[in-house]
Amino acid sequence: MATALDTVKDFTEAEYKYGFVTPVEEERFPPGLDEDVVRRLSAKKGEPAWLTEWRVAALRRFFTMEMPTWQKVRFEPIDFQAISYYAAPRQKERPKSLDEIDPEIRRTYDKLGIPIREQEILAGVAVDYVFDSVSVATTFKRKLEELGVIFCSISEAVREHPELVRKYLGSVVPPGDNIFAALNSAVFSDGSFVYVPKGVRCPMELSTYFRINAAGTGQFERTLIIADEGSYVSYLEGCTAPIRDENQLHAAVVELVALDDAEIKYSTVQNWYPGDKEGRGGIYNFVTKRGLCRGKRSKISWTQVETGSAITWKYPSCILQGDDSVGEFYSVAVTNHRQQADTGTKMIHIGKRTRSRIVSKGISAGRSDNTYRGLVRILKSAEGARNHTQCDSMLIGDRCGAHTVPYIEVHNRTARCEHEATTSKISEDQLFYCRQRGISEEDAVALIVNGFCREVMNELPMEFAVEARKLLGISLEGSVG
Amino acid sequence: MLTIENLQVSVEGKPILKGLSLRVEAGRVHAIMGPNGSGKSTLAHVLAGREGYEVTGGSVRFGDEDLLALEPEERAHAGLFLAMQYPVEIPGVTNMYFLRQAINAIRKARGLEEIPAAEFMRKVREQARLLGIGEELLKRDLNAGFSGGEKKRNEILQMALLEPRLCILDETDSGLDIDALRTVADGVNRLRSPERAFLVITHYQRLLDYIVPDVVHIMADGRIQRTGGPELARELEERGYEGLLGTKLAA
Repeated sequence: MATALDTVKDFTEAEYKYGFVTPVEEERFPPGLDEDVVRRLSAKKGEPAWLTEWRVAALRRFFTMEMPTWQKVRFEPIDFQAISYYAAPRQKERPKSLDEIDPEIRRTYDKLGIPIREQEILAGVAVDYVFDSVSVATTFKRKLEELGVIFCSISEAVREHPELVRKYLGSVVPPGDNIFAALNSAVFSDGSFVYVPKGVRCPMELSTYFRINAAGTGQFERTLIIADEGSYVSYLEGCTAPIRDENQLHAAVVELVALDDAEIKYSTVQNWYPGDKEGRGGIYNFVTKRGLCRGKRSKISWTQVETGSAITWKYPSCILQGDDSVGEFYSVAVTNHRQQADTGTKMIHIGKRTRSRIVSKGISAGRSDNTYRGLVRILKSAEGARNHTQCDSMLIGDRCGAHTVPYIEVHNRTARCEHEATTSKISEDQLFYCRQRGISEEDAVALIVNGFCREVMNELPMEFAVEARKLLGISLEGSVG
Repeated sequence: MLTIENLQVSVEGKPILKGLSLRVEAGRVHAIMGPNGSGKSTLAHVLAGREGYEVTGGSVRFGDEDLLALEPEERAHAGLFLAMQYPVEIPGVTNMYFLRQAINAIRKARGLEEIPAAEFMRKVREQARLLGIGEELLKRDLNAGFSGGEKKRNEILQMALLEPRLCILDETDSGLDIDALRTVADGVNRLRSPERAFLVITHYQRLLDYIVPDVVHIMADGRIQRTGGPELARELEERGYEGLLGTKLAA
């Protein structure tokens, strides 16, 4: 008879489903990083001089910075000179319609279960596909244009809306913020840009699928979302990557800006290749995500479901500058095999009566390590600020680790902070109960884990929640012993 | 339907069932009574396939199948249901959602399509109403914060919806007041049918006033000690385990 330990073992041995490589002809730079590379990259993209210089300045900062050591993740030093900083599917021109997209690329998305046409017709989701570094298709553009919503690749935004890009790029995550932000600022290849004008409620979820395909390339996405006064936008980001033996670096930067009464909801489902059972390969996911609630009564909400990557190291944060602004962070982080996750959030309260809510669910299996690290900082100016933090950890098996590292700094006496934390395990009783009702062991584990994460899953937009639920199920596949 | 022959089971090397034999026919309600530590709950758990029990001898056939060779979920698919003494809580999973997962898991194993949403809702509401289970309880997390009576009624709800061939009730009466006991018993009685058998495990005769058994077994020291009709339960009520079995076995 299978035991819970077998389940853990099988769960641990489940293979990565999205491991395939798409043979597309591509154009790429040889490995190496210096000012010349940055200038060539900028020239390749036809960027204006201010941006080229901005990149070069960031690169200079990058060369002066050291790798941080405070995080609880271990990895070999990264050789930044061994990475190629530009890879793009070779194509003469951007496709004019979806039919012109390379069939190989189409097939890749089909395997991922997101056929472009289906997405376009059925889901009503506008999708900006990022295939390695170049955005290959943007759907639903016209409809959004009617409302004045700008949704395009950041390269296109640099060309078409330079004033907006120049005003906001680096305004939330300055190039010198951290070493990976500096690197990204220097070499960012592409990403998404969203601008929602005053008073517009974006009628559909905007979505980007990232996919790392080419071997030995780092991916440096840059996303910038601006919600003007009284507007609302919900943005979905999903990621998968094929199996590669060498570690691949992903150092994205996401900046969100919400003006008065604006709301941004940013949801991520990440299932990049986590490496094999021994911890070989897998993505390094070192991402800087930060939202600035600049306006009064503005709101930024981060929701993330992280199941992939060898190392996940990120803290989607909110700077609550406007009075009565609200920051939220809902997170599910699943680690397995030898995956490492050091993730959490930062809530910086500056404005009066600012509120933040943190719900973090960590699930560790195999020999993985899962750390929640969160900072709640209440500045002197943040009269009447409030925070509530809830951190729940679930352990599957007895060789994994769960860690909670909360930092709370309060500089105003009227503020109120609450922190709750729990640790639990899937019990034999729960598994037996489910199985007695006919539910297989692997489905039972998925059911219990999904239940554990429900508060966060509920925050995801409907289509995404279904996908995320499936993803947890897929992670647990192959568990019948 | 169920044939247990000379079943021997140990827990951590200690023999608990010491050669138990029992035949249960379709359409019959068998009660198993016994003092604490007689092995009643062990029997229920072994039949359902719970881990931690070592079968050291004997056999159990369920229909045409070797029951002991099946995984717990396969036993459920074959039509065995255990109403548990201590139903577990599953936080974040609503009662309704769990029911649907269980029904569909069993249907899938039997080569059937998933239950249509409307049919599911209709059946759940109908059965819930009969058991006095409110809409609110269906929406709550499975067993989380349920009272003792609610938990047991909910077990019977699952039993009714999963339509098993063999229902095992493990001390379903424990912790129930008289009203809840009656509701639960009514629920069980409604499910009695010529195709279905029941194994009602209980410490007290009280439950058997409401679920009247066809056969009563008195179990002690890991074996069936006496078998008779409903009158055996009444005899037990009068004389107690000690009077019926002697001091040694009743201990």
